[in-house]
Amino acid sequence: MSAEDVEGRGTAAVLASARAEDRAALVGYLPVGYPDVRGSVDAVRALVAGGADIVEVGMPYTDPGMDGPVIEAASVQALNRGVRVRDVFTAVEAAADAGATPVVMSYWNLVLHYGVEAYARDLSAAGGAGIVTPDLIPEEADEWIAASDAHGLDRIFLVAPSSPPDRLSAVVAAARGFVYAASTMGVTGTREDVGDKAEGLVADTRAAGARNVCVGLGVSTRAHAAEVARYADGVIVGSALVRALADGGPSAVERVAAQFAEGVRD
Amino acid sequence: MIEQFSRPDSALPQGPRFGEFGGRYIPEALVPACAEIEEAFGKAVLDEEFRLEYRRLLDEYVGRPSLLSEAARFSEHAGGARILLKREDLNHTGSHKINNALGQALLAKRVGKTRLIAETGAGQHGVATATAAALMGMECRIYMGAVDVERQALNVARMRLLGAEVTAVDAGSRTLKDAINETFRDWVASVESTHYVFGTVAGPHPFPVLVREFQRIIGLEARAQVLERTGALPDAVVACVGGGSNAIGLFHAFIPDEGVRLLGCEAAGDGIDTPRHAATITKGTVGVLHGAKSYQLQDEDGQTLESHSISAGLDYSGVGPEHAWLHASGRGEYRPVTDAQAMDAFKLLCRTEGIIPAIESSHALAGAIDLGRELGPEATILVCLSGRGDKDVTTAGRWFGYLDETGETE
Repeated sequence: MSAEDVEGRGTAAVLASARAEDRAALVGYLPVGYPDVRGSVDAVRALVAGGADIVEVGMPYTDPGMDGPVIEAASVQALNRGVRVRDVFTAVEAAADAGATPVVMSYWNLVLHYGVEAYARDLSAAGGAGIVTPDLIPEEADEWIAASDAHGLDRIFLVAPSSPPDRLSAVVAAARGFVYAASTMGVTGTREDVGDKAEGLVADTRAAGARNVCVGLGVSTRAHAAEVARYADGVIVGSALVRALADGGPSAVERVAAQFAEGVRD
Repeated sequence: MIEQFSRPDSALPQGPRFGEFGGRYIPEALVPACAEIEEAFGKAVLDEEFRLEYRRLLDEYVGRPSLLSEAARFSEHAGGARILLKREDLNHTGSHKINNALGQALLAKRVGKTRLIAETGAGQHGVATATAAALMGMECRIYMGAVDVERQALNVARMRLLGAEVTAVDAGSRTLKDAINETFRDWVASVESTHYVFGTVAGPHPFPVLVREFQRIIGLEARAQVLERTGALPDAVVACVGGGSNAIGLFHAFIPDEGVRLLGCEAAGDGIDTPRHAATITKGTVGVLHGAKSYQLQDEDGQTLESHSISAGLDYSGVGPEHAWLHASGRGEYRPVTDAQAMDAFKLLCRTEGIIPAIESSHALAGAIDLGRELGPEATILVCLSGRGDKDVTTAGRWFGYLDETGETE
């Protein structure tokens, strides 16, 4: 990771304090605007109350190529109810006020269209720490690298089990905060197990120079979280929380988040 | 033998960028697969064995070179301009899509893939991919928007007969863009065994270049045929543009010929003053969709807007980055053609030439009628008849009132 990746701020600081407690951090994903903007802000607060250290606020997109059915369905509903890109900053602010460190997960066109520099400025002003970019690779990220440098934001790029060493090095060199390791080759969603390739991928990503690696995709149970927490710096949970929100509202989100929060401490 | 593939020292863009357009906006998980196919293609075009094998398929299986037909009676309705049709509709499987599907399938085999997946709109690319898979003994799954499954039922049946699995995609607008999303999702999970046979000159690098190189044969042949037939280059070349593969295929050989106008006909649906159209270049703005930067139909937040066209193959919110570059640089012209204009041209070609064109290709015919009237009888206009219209008889029958909504003869 780049030289300015100091542990004193952003997601790296959160991951460092979790490490100091000899545990992994819990990264919880929820989409803004689902079930509606107000409901999603309530859900974000519940997620923090349940113990999420980092909140990943997802911005619904019409063409979410990396998302499975649970998050896609939530995105469709949020868009049908009129969620706007600017609403992401409302949810980010709520997460920060509740005491967590917020990042945004956004498909790139939405950031591009808002204006990369303006997006970075407004995200930073709302208390956001960075952006997870599922369809942006470092080679296409010059503008984002400049804007994130200017506003002190984390650049959370992904790696996957298919990533060869040269790709891992390229991603790690461009990333800041943490590297998002996709546990399996696939899209978001709850699964029976976390892929058997995740642990090796984390080790390889560390070998490529990453200080912080968090694992996502398919983390569906407390036991999964505990398993991933043994080798990763953070455990990313998405679809399981969205499903809880769909089934039981914010109180269910808090309850499920609390189980994952125990998992990362098991 | 025509040298089909661009020389490495070509002055024209070879990707990943076409001016400011193109690129590779994809999940990191797919980077190795895109790099692998890029490298495989780079080696294949230098490999005599590959070139001969591909050429043999074009000659003996596709039926190339495709004919150049004089459309004399049709020309009378186009200001008397001489209209020449490049007959991609006569290719095996009925459209230009087979040129690309066979090329990519050969490449996929070279890199050890055993399964092909593809998106399809009108079903022509799906049929072409299913055909290539059957020919080469590979597994095949085709994703198709649920709306398109309904309106292109003939092609769905053809794909299934050829042994492909066809998955109807119920997400979003249930058309081509959603089929592409679903195919990418499959690919992320299956990339080890599977090649995504992208059907148009859009998507992440290297697909815009890869597909263009396999479709380039259209323009290379047509340019030589027109020169031989008329002794001169045409005044304009015309093609329909959805993602834009037959158009790039036709245009590419003519880009250095400055006197030849390149006219792309976009689907204007109900009209570009309505929200129901697919005129991506005419009405769209710059953004990133399906892996590349290009023009697209999007709202003020950058959310993709749904497109509308009577033609499933043009019903797409995006367009290939090389077209965006041709437009931005002024080398290409792009005009909207409404459903009604396209269907008038469809009927006209049936009645004047005895050729039932695909509704996609009918957009190019409509563009040629207008251009012919502008240029007059001295002009020669080359039109890509990209596909045949058998698949469209139900849609056309309803449009012209020969069939009722259930498809029964009235």
